[in-house]
Amino acid sequence: MLEIEIDGKSLQVAEGSTIMDAAHEAGTYIPHFCYHKKLSIAANCRMCLVQVEKAPKPLPACATPVANGMKVFTHSELALKAQKGVMEFLLINHPLDCPICDQGGECQLQDLAVGYGSSASRYQEEKRVVFNKNLGPLVNTDMTRCIHCTRCVRFTQEIAGEMEMGQAKRGEHSEIMPFIEKTVDSELSGNIIDLCPVGALTSKPFRYAARTWELARRKSVAPHDGLGSNLIVQVKHDKVLRVLPLENEDINECWLSDKDRFSYEAVNSEERLTKPMVKQGGQWGEADWGVALDYIAHALKDVVKTHGAEAVGTLVSPHSTLEEMFLAQQLSRELGSHNVDFRLRQSDFSLDGKRAGAPWLGMKVAELSQLDRVLVVGSFLRKDHPLLAQRLRQSAKRGTQVSLINPVDDDQLIKNTLRAVGLPSQLPQLLGEVVKAVATAKGAAVDAALTGVTVSAAAQKIADSLVSGSNAGVFLGNFAQQHPQAATLEALAQQLAKLLGARHGVLGEAANSVGGYVAKAVPSGNGLNAAQMFAQPRKAYLLFNVEPELDSADGAQAVAALKDAAMVAVFSAFKSEAALAYADVLLPISPFTETSGTFVNTEGRVQSFNAVAKPLGETRPGWKVLRVLGNVLNLPGFEYNSSEEVRAAALVGAEEFANGLDNGVNAAFNLNAVAAGVERVADVPIYFADGLVRRAPSLQRARDAAAPAVRVNAATAAKLGLDGAAEVTVKQGAASVRLALKIDAGLPDGAVRVAAAHASTAALGSMFGQLSVERA
Amino acid sequence: MALIATKNPLLTVGWEKGDAGWGIKEYEARGGYQALRKILAEKTPPENIIAELKASVLRGRGGAGFPTGLKWSFMPKVINGDRYVVCNSDEGEPGTFKDLDLLRYDPHSVIEGMAIAAYVMSANRGYNYIHGEIFEIYKRFEAALDEARAAGLIGQNILGSGFNFELFAHHGYGAYICGEETGLLESIEGKKGQPRFKPPFPATFGLYGKPTTINNTETFAAVPYILKMGGEKYLELGKPNNGGTKLFSISGHVNKPGNYEIPMGMPFAELLEMAGGMRGGRKIKAVIPGGSSAPVLPGDIMMQCTMDYDSIAKAGSMLGSGAIIVMDETVCMVKALERLSYFYFEESCGQCTPCREGTGWLYRVVHRIENGQGRQEDLDLLMSVTDNIMGRTICALGDAASLPVRSFVQHFKSEFEHHIQNKQCLVPHDVQRAGSSFYM
Repeated sequence: MLEIEIDGKSLQVAEGSTIMDAAHEAGTYIPHFCYHKKLSIAANCRMCLVQVEKAPKPLPACATPVANGMKVFTHSELALKAQKGVMEFLLINHPLDCPICDQGGECQLQDLAVGYGSSASRYQEEKRVVFNKNLGPLVNTDMTRCIHCTRCVRFTQEIAGEMEMGQAKRGEHSEIMPFIEKTVDSELSGNIIDLCPVGALTSKPFRYAARTWELARRKSVAPHDGLGSNLIVQVKHDKVLRVLPLENEDINECWLSDKDRFSYEAVNSEERLTKPMVKQGGQWGEADWGVALDYIAHALKDVVKTHGAEAVGTLVSPHSTLEEMFLAQQLSRELGSHNVDFRLRQSDFSLDGKRAGAPWLGMKVAELSQLDRVLVVGSFLRKDHPLLAQRLRQSAKRGTQVSLINPVDDDQLIKNTLRAVGLPSQLPQLLGEVVKAVATAKGAAVDAALTGVTVSAAAQKIADSLVSGSNAGVFLGNFAQQHPQAATLEALAQQLAKLLGARHGVLGEAANSVGGYVAKAVPSGNGLNAAQMFAQPRKAYLLFNVEPELDSADGAQAVAALKDAAMVAVFSAFKSEAALAYADVLLPISPFTETSGTFVNTEGRVQSFNAVAKPLGETRPGWKVLRVLGNVLNLPGFEYNSSEEVRAAALVGAEEFANGLDNGVNAAFNLNAVAAGVERVADVPIYFADGLVRRAPSLQRARDAAAPAVRVNAATAAKLGLDGAAEVTVKQGAASVRLALKIDAGLPDGAVRVAAAHASTAALGSMFGQLSVERA
Repeated sequence: MALIATKNPLLTVGWEKGDAGWGIKEYEARGGYQALRKILAEKTPPENIIAELKASVLRGRGGAGFPTGLKWSFMPKVINGDRYVVCNSDEGEPGTFKDLDLLRYDPHSVIEGMAIAAYVMSANRGYNYIHGEIFEIYKRFEAALDEARAAGLIGQNILGSGFNFELFAHHGYGAYICGEETGLLESIEGKKGQPRFKPPFPATFGLYGKPTTINNTETFAAVPYILKMGGEKYLELGKPNNGGTKLFSISGHVNKPGNYEIPMGMPFAELLEMAGGMRGGRKIKAVIPGGSSAPVLPGDIMMQCTMDYDSIAKAGSMLGSGAIIVMDETVCMVKALERLSYFYFEESCGQCTPCREGTGWLYRVVHRIENGQGRQEDLDLLMSVTDNIMGRTICALGDAASLPVRSFVQHFKSEFEHHIQNKQCLVPHDVQRAGSSFYM
């Protein structure tokens, strides 16, 4: 520890601290622009100059290491003169356009100018004008306002992992810009808006929508991936206008993925369903809530009476709240049907009944950053879990070795990853090889099922890396969980973790992937799971927040089953063409912004939130709708007066973290022979993953929302006779679609990458399995 | 291009044959590579070499005048991994052209100096960063490197000693800021030439994050000569605390502009005489004694100075890189400053605020004064702005831009005031025209 004095206040700080760190500890504010706790030190704005005893010149607090006995003066005459001098320089070329600047009112330069600027400028010359840059659909630029702090440059390089911005030209002509003709396409790009201390980078969707002081700031939780990022939702007149991160070091730190930040546009979308609708005589018409609920109740009673309760299937989106999930399963079970599920994209349910508890991350999110060895199996990591990938990216810089076993070789922008790439059907084999190599290295007995396995060089390298660490983690990504042999992958991961003395877990696909288990929204007894409910069509379906054509493991099969059903009730915030085609009743339920609720994130953390805006039109919170439907059906146990009561029933005493989290599975694994032929690799593109992002216009203009193409490697293209083809026809089962062809060297031989969850590919069947590709 | 005159020639012995004397044969014929051979044969302990350099009081010839022996002793002693020796030949300051001729006429002295430096600091790799706008010099240095490699004087296991040193030329990109040592390192690494914040210093975190020592071309070139003649003797060539001889680039209104090698401590008046005296017999008005970033001195003060670090510093300026710009009475000092300020405005890297914003402000105010738009308060403004730049920036470019402004205004205030009040030069235009080759 070092003794230091700041403005006469003595304190002890750790060796290696800077004056800025020390001042932070002492509670002293030193003005700054370029310094940011999560970014490398640039020391270029010079705003944090302070006086240090015995130093002839003022020194930048952000970059000056503390020495023992140092005396620092942050507000002495010398320090103030330096700070005011810098402020004057920053302002001479800064436009005086605060009244029309979106940053006005929340601008670091504006705030500090009050303290350090003077009321009139001594600069009488012409001011600099800088042309704006096109950074894409999310970030707006007013580059004349830029003060060259390079926070955005450092963010793209250090946090997002790919340098997408830089400072070009020299001196006063220097400009912050993306690469020529390029935009900023990172899935974390929106954070540069928060980082920009001036109005140079602002939110494009929010542009000129409101002044910051007109907006209410309300806490919420992101409804997308399993992380459950903490949000500040900004609302004016019950309309959500902007979303910002709520800093939570344990979860999202100070970041947000673009998906979490910009998906709010969907809740203001034209596609919102605002009144209940009922189809009668083939005609859709708007109806009162009472009429619509009576319709559903009658239809359900009819089906139960004539076909039995097992003819009713209930599907809930994993993006629904815990309360909605709990009430949906309660309703189903009280009707007598155990056909309830939320795992819509899963295809292997063989572990049901063999699980020790709810599958989860296996550790706290923050603990992820402490691992020194990480293996991720089957994950489009960066796009599926932008901020978890970011954590691993930072870990890798500190020396953590990250290994990936994947059906594709997408660049995760993580340093020095070890990668094994194989066809989807080979994933269990590849993981088995690693398990075998680790067992051999550890001198443990090799499982009988693995004796015939030959360890490849790539698997051996991964095994060597894992064995050499002291704190490893093994994780299954979305793709692994959706895999037809997910049970085998889980069992292998469990075994691997046991051999390594490590922890293992799953990366939660959706906001309530853990919550679904906690709410018991899974089949029990002879109940059917999500896949079975469509494979063995039911007579009546309750679809809660679900768009089965895009959200299911086999969308085509789902739509076929729904079209044949006697009654399909859709509880949704949106009206869609697809739902109008297969549904009989549409009930407008609130999106996450208009209801109270709870998400249990992938680490099991219980995060409740309140509505941030009033429900739009006649929309009602989902839990209320289900509660009233329970009453209309005269079902017992639907006397809840608040969402808190529902939550209490669902959580059974759990407070901060949910109970019953356990990744243990009691299952053997069997490595089936690798299937021959051409296999589909289906990713769920980041901006098509759920109903909200699909309807957020700005996200839909992003590069990641480009219409999916068919991707094969050059060898596969040659083998299939596709050389030089621009468009191809993809056939899976009886269905076929026509798509553009792209050559992708990151795919294994025989793999055809065709994204799921997109209208252009929805006609195809399962996310896994064989397909054929021909020239169009 | 450059005329040569010397007194006690040391560095410039090889220059006499012009373009015929740069080759390795000629260099060895005049005693070249003997120092390196001797060191490698005798396995001289590095401390001895550093002691010799300290005794010689060789001070860095790039401008800062930092004692070279001391600098070399900063390299961490523990040998662990790569370390680098880098030569700064990014000579780009207005008025400087000595390194260019040194590389043209005697490139092997630089190679030998660098090899010795590498030996002393256990470096296995070196780069000579050569200014981007001098292509033929770069080619010449590459040719010299080829010769040295062929002779086994750089490369693996040099002269069977077990010492390895790979040396490469790196052609720069033409930016003045790449001459700042950490900007230079960034540039070698392939990044935009922008100075790094210090600490850490290059001796601990230099090129590619490894310990690195950077010296000027002339400094490296002097090393073999010092080791051959002995540090004490070298010091005696000059005067105490200012060892040896030094190259001076004289430009401006003298009869024979060019490079001159003289012993440190020689009176300026004598040097001016060597350079043929003032052109047209005109009166000396002002001298910038150490490259354009050094404060200007009025001619009469300069005539009292001797050419060494201490004397010039005492007079209020810097010996710097030894680039002497001589101005006679036909010069309008406002116009001269305008040109200098424009240079720093254009060459600021734009990284840190005071320099990025301040250099443009300085230029615009001086430009305005020169063009008859000056205001009474402008001179105070200039002083205040330079005050806010100096000592507040990452590198020394902010100071380099400010010092000329301050010294010009300080020493020639009446000319600036005349400009402001009368909206024209104190020096009549016909006089300016008569003194400028531009109009001839």
